[in-house]
Amino acid sequence: MSSGIFNLPFKATLTLSWRNLWRNHRRTAIMLAAISVGVWAMIFMTAIMRGMVGDMLSEGIRNLPGHIQIHQQGFADDPSIVNSLPSPGAELLSALDDPDTEAWSGRIKVPAVISSERDTRGVTLLGVDPVSEDAVTGIAGQVVEGRFLDTVDDKGVVIGLKLAERLETRLGKRIVIMTQDSENNIADRGFRIVGLYKAKLEAMEEKNVYAARGTLQGLLNIGDRITEIAIIDTDMNDIDPLYSKIKAATPEGLEVRPWYEIDVYLSTMLATMDGFVLVWIIIVFLALSFGLVNTLLMAVFERTREIGLIQALGMRPSMIIYQIVLESVLLLVIGLGVGNALAVITILPLESGLDISAVAEGLAMFGAGAVLYPTLLLDDVILANVVVILLGTLTSILPAWRAARLNPVQAINST
Amino acid sequence: MSTIHCKQLCKTFQQGDVTITGLDQVDISIEEGEFVCLSGPSGSGKTTLLNAIGGLDTPDSGEIHMGDIRIDRLDKGPLADMRLHNIGFVFQAYNLIPVLTAQENVEFVMQVQGVAPAERAAKAREILKEVGLEGMEDRRPANLSGGQQQRVAVARAIVSQPQLVLADEPTANLDSTTAAHLMNLFSSLNQHHKITFIIATHDKRVMAYAKRLIWMQDGKIMTDTEQEPVAMGDVVGE
Repeated sequence: MSSGIFNLPFKATLTLSWRNLWRNHRRTAIMLAAISVGVWAMIFMTAIMRGMVGDMLSEGIRNLPGHIQIHQQGFADDPSIVNSLPSPGAELLSALDDPDTEAWSGRIKVPAVISSERDTRGVTLLGVDPVSEDAVTGIAGQVVEGRFLDTVDDKGVVIGLKLAERLETRLGKRIVIMTQDSENNIADRGFRIVGLYKAKLEAMEEKNVYAARGTLQGLLNIGDRITEIAIIDTDMNDIDPLYSKIKAATPEGLEVRPWYEIDVYLSTMLATMDGFVLVWIIIVFLALSFGLVNTLLMAVFERTREIGLIQALGMRPSMIIYQIVLESVLLLVIGLGVGNALAVITILPLESGLDISAVAEGLAMFGAGAVLYPTLLLDDVILANVVVILLGTLTSILPAWRAARLNPVQAINST
Repeated sequence: MSTIHCKQLCKTFQQGDVTITGLDQVDISIEEGEFVCLSGPSGSGKTTLLNAIGGLDTPDSGEIHMGDIRIDRLDKGPLADMRLHNIGFVFQAYNLIPVLTAQENVEFVMQVQGVAPAERAAKAREILKEVGLEGMEDRRPANLSGGQQQRVAVARAIVSQPQLVLADEPTANLDSTTAAHLMNLFSSLNQHHKITFIIATHDKRVMAYAKRLIWMQDGKIMTDTEQEPVAMGDVVGE
């Protein structure tokens, strides 16, 4: 007739645990509030961080690399016009026409020197097809003064506001761009500034100068050759199918690379995000756990006599541990329920965008925008709940174990 | 078969620098169905002996046998099982679970034993009626008088008809009428169900119910005598 841990009278234990929980209403309510706010903070802040990283990722990718890039082999080590590639042939064009492709752009990207009448700067000169480039990077929408390039033979350039400031020049002024052509000769030409753009990253504004692809091909004397093809997938989280198709259709001698190989900073940030979320959740939990342990220790201390009594009546130590842990689990489950509900209620209305322009200047350095889009992921909610239940239960074992070790006679005679 | 057999039981307590003798080489055998009163002055070792027999406390030396089981060597778990299935406790200070109703307190032991809900509810109602608490099943201890609480504790101790009931000053906080009713109930259970009773008491009226009277002093058994118990209701309550 053993009444070990595996044949516990669940209902009896549940009744006892539930009623004990509400013996001290105020203490239970305070602990519940702490758990609820803690769980809310875990989920809410995770959603904010997810939104921020997602924003940095999509902006970072759109800022040039695209999800997939095609280059001449060796371009990564020597990004000059020498390592150009031919315009895509029929087979590659067919692969680029895949339904998974949202947009693609063939561009020239070479280092250059830009000079105004007052200053000179080193920049990255981009020769682009205005339509396809806009589809990939949305650059036309970033133009705040003047216009973006009209055609592939446009004779103007579009530079960033910051670069204009550095060069002490402005819209309508002429600048000179100097670079090397395919024969390693100096190629230079005067351009009129037809547009100024404002990027989320000032570094981009200072670095990237847009000219029309045809004009640049003429300057560099490279016929219809380009230096890279950037491709945007319809689903940035699942680019492997399109990557495989494009890789198969790409001629030998060219290399195809996914964004996570091109932009190691972004891919590392994404890879560490899950770990970061877990660490954040555990830190919040640790703060909570002190309150939880204290509450349970107080509950055990207040009920010493009663615990001695139920021991005397024949409750095994394992059952006493079970009963007190169940009390803790009930507390955690209620706290989780309220915390989850609070998180959903506060995050969902913000998913359409949270304006953080007042504090966004520092964040812009990392590529995050002034409007934050919190992203509530089911996986994060599950993680927070599992961590709280699992660690909460483990934490409550200490006070429960102390209760189970009480000497029944001393406990019953305690005051 | 000897229900309880204690050999050379010794127990000391430390209070600061002072060592207090709780039990000093106690030898005692109590047969199944006996009605025994332990008496003696405060500190004589009555409660210590009850606690040792009930497996609530372990002696420093000596042996305690219950039937074929040597209980002083049992681990906490099996000891708890032994108490659950074989022993009913009645403490001086009622000791009910405050968050449970009278009925739930009585059912508690049966719940832990795994008795079916309908059966234990019926038994609990019946025993509460027997101790005069009909209609008070749903009251929590805070809403019962001291006497009523003690009757609930008694009901809890005897509801599953254990082999042995250990009672420590069960009438100490009861009025004489309630005390008489309780002792008559004990006496009846002893006679009709052969439940062994060991009662530690100072109360001479309670002692009168015993068939065997053990007088303790300084942790030792000074006298162990058999007597003719009074008829039910003859002493307590007069």
